[in-house]
Amino acid sequence: MAAQTRPKRPIRWHIAVFLAPAVLVYTAIMILPLAGTLQLSLFRNINQSQVFVGMDNFRTLFGDPNWSAGFWNALRNNVWFFIIHMLVQNPIGVLLAALLSSPRLRFAAFYRTAIFVPTILSFVIVGFAWKLILSPLWGVSPHLLDLVGLKSLFTPWLGKEQYALTALSLVSVWQFIGIPMMLIYAALLSIPDEVIEAAECDGVTGMAQFWKIKLPLILPSIGIISILTFVGNFNAFDLIYTAQGALAGPNYSTDILGTFLYRAFFGFQLQIGDPNMGAAIATMMFLIILAGVCVYLFLIQTRLRRYQF
Amino acid sequence: MKTKLLTALLLGTSILGTTGMALAEDVTLNIESWRGDDLTIWKDKLIPAFEAKNPGIKVVFAPSAPTEYDAALGAKLTAGSAGDLITCRPFDKSLVLYQKGNLADLSALPGMENFSPVAKSAWQTDDGKATFCVPMASVIHGFIYNKDAFDKLGIKVPITNEEFYAALDKIKADGTYIPMAMGTKDLWEAATMGYQNIGPNYWKGEEGRQALIKGEQKLTDPQWVEPYKELAKWKPYLGDGFEAQTYPDSQNLFTLGRAAIYPAGSWEIALFNTQAQFKMGAFPPPVQKAGDTCYISDHTDIGMGLNAASKHPEEAKKFLSWVASPDFATIYANALPGFFSLNNTPVKMEDPLAQEFVSWRGKCKSTIRSTYQILGRGTPNLENETWVESANVINGTDTPEVAAKKLQDGLDSWYKPAK
Repeated sequence: MAAQTRPKRPIRWHIAVFLAPAVLVYTAIMILPLAGTLQLSLFRNINQSQVFVGMDNFRTLFGDPNWSAGFWNALRNNVWFFIIHMLVQNPIGVLLAALLSSPRLRFAAFYRTAIFVPTILSFVIVGFAWKLILSPLWGVSPHLLDLVGLKSLFTPWLGKEQYALTALSLVSVWQFIGIPMMLIYAALLSIPDEVIEAAECDGVTGMAQFWKIKLPLILPSIGIISILTFVGNFNAFDLIYTAQGALAGPNYSTDILGTFLYRAFFGFQLQIGDPNMGAAIATMMFLIILAGVCVYLFLIQTRLRRYQF
Repeated sequence: MKTKLLTALLLGTSILGTTGMALAEDVTLNIESWRGDDLTIWKDKLIPAFEAKNPGIKVVFAPSAPTEYDAALGAKLTAGSAGDLITCRPFDKSLVLYQKGNLADLSALPGMENFSPVAKSAWQTDDGKATFCVPMASVIHGFIYNKDAFDKLGIKVPITNEEFYAALDKIKADGTYIPMAMGTKDLWEAATMGYQNIGPNYWKGEEGRQALIKGEQKLTDPQWVEPYKELAKWKPYLGDGFEAQTYPDSQNLFTLGRAAIYPAGSWEIALFNTQAQFKMGAFPPPVQKAGDTCYISDHTDIGMGLNAASKHPEEAKKFLSWVASPDFATIYANALPGFFSLNNTPVKMEDPLAQEFVSWRGKCKSTIRSTYQILGRGTPNLENETWVESANVINGTDTPEVAAKKLQDGLDSWYKPAK
């Protein structure tokens, strides 16, 4: 056998076999529904039957002021929701991770766990708990502010158009702060001691060490966190729904794409659901997220320098 | 031995089976419903009362969960396994069933004459020619007040708008109580307990509601904007932080005795009776001038229809005629205070608060919520937008005129009244 001429490389079946389970599961529960949604957005229910209407649903979504005003409002709110996360959640996450990785900190494991716990709580619990905490009637927040003499600062945040969305964004930050913290913490731990020692030999210590040595090394992790935040925020729905209801009051000021989609797709109260328009909105959400991820992958990630140790 | 036992068993079942068949000569009617809460009332009170008078008809009340009811009923109707009698949701959900041929036309049912056109409007075709469900119950809007608080402050029950605000001012000046328990967080409170509660006095109930459907009146007309102007005046009388006050918050504020007046729907009666430790009274929405005709929102909520595919239509109709009778109304209304029979014959009720509510039917004219029939269909949805705008008006986000304009523009975008 060995003496024969070397045959063509055999087809490497094992690759297909090993990939198959993941591909099949992913196709069945992700790709097919996604394709179904895209397809649904091109049809419309006319006299109880689905009729192909091309881009008509999108024309309605952007052309009809009743729809487009709602859509742009939701998108604007969603962008603000994302900005708050980027400005508050990620810097605080980095800060917490830096503190946690400090060798002189005691009870680090306790803090780590305590800060991570909200992330594993259900949205329903978070939504209701914060609704109660911020309640002007029975909540602890007016009382706590009163104790430090700042009662005048209290307003019913969740009921005020100008504050509600920011308040909910901060609740969401509170809930998810554990994720950037953990990822950055892991990145900080993986920086080899030699690098730090070399920096110390060169006289780079303290804050300068963080800015010049550690931060560049954890930048790829921050990139990943940003993109996770982006995807998570533009898919968000649960917190707004549990805290403010499907109409995302007051006056739609907390309406984000998720709640807008929910109302269109499933309907609400007397409003009858319209799966086709809902699918059109879902398609737009998909495209927005896709665009964001592409920007990250092609423009940012390729420029991030990686260090091999 | 084994064979013998088996034979005995088989014999036994066959005998039991035949007795079962003998009983089954009685016709059994099944009722589909979402009101699982009412199971005991049906089983212990309503069904025995009917069966006593109609030997040979057995009735089974078979409810499903409220959130599943519509879907489950739809599936059962398609499969042909639905019960003979179907509890009807008001307006479009039942209308669709009738149009699909699932509900039979009951216009000629004996007993239908016991109901007013307003009562039947929730279960009629748009032209009012066919009625397909027997109206069972409605809920009435008004204000529930803390009698102890009123007595203590020496306030008379207000009849006119002027007296209403005078009372609110007095409660506010005294400071013991929050004048009015209502929040805008959940939006619908402002619309349902606010706008739809006081509105009928301005748009003259049915007259205005019908004119709106016909396109003769617009939401921007004074009689439709005026209630919003009143709502805007409520703001100073609501509790601190009412913007973030939810519906359960309002209920608790009132039943804990911290608020004096609660803009209400009659469905609260049963809950308030069990929770409030003080005496309560109720008054209808105040009129503009003493002596004005008063109008109340007497909103149709639940009815019962006949499955068009029922195998026992005659017996089912007999049952429905009984549902349309004063006998049924008396038992039902007393078992569920706050859900009022729509029957023209006045029903004697034990609960004083429920009595007060229902007494308004005698002196005021009834109407239903303006945003439900026909107008509650399109996108943007008038009912949902009314929630948002009513809250906006109270919060001061929108002026009454702007709110009315937004609603009318939304309505115009899809609703073209028949000329």
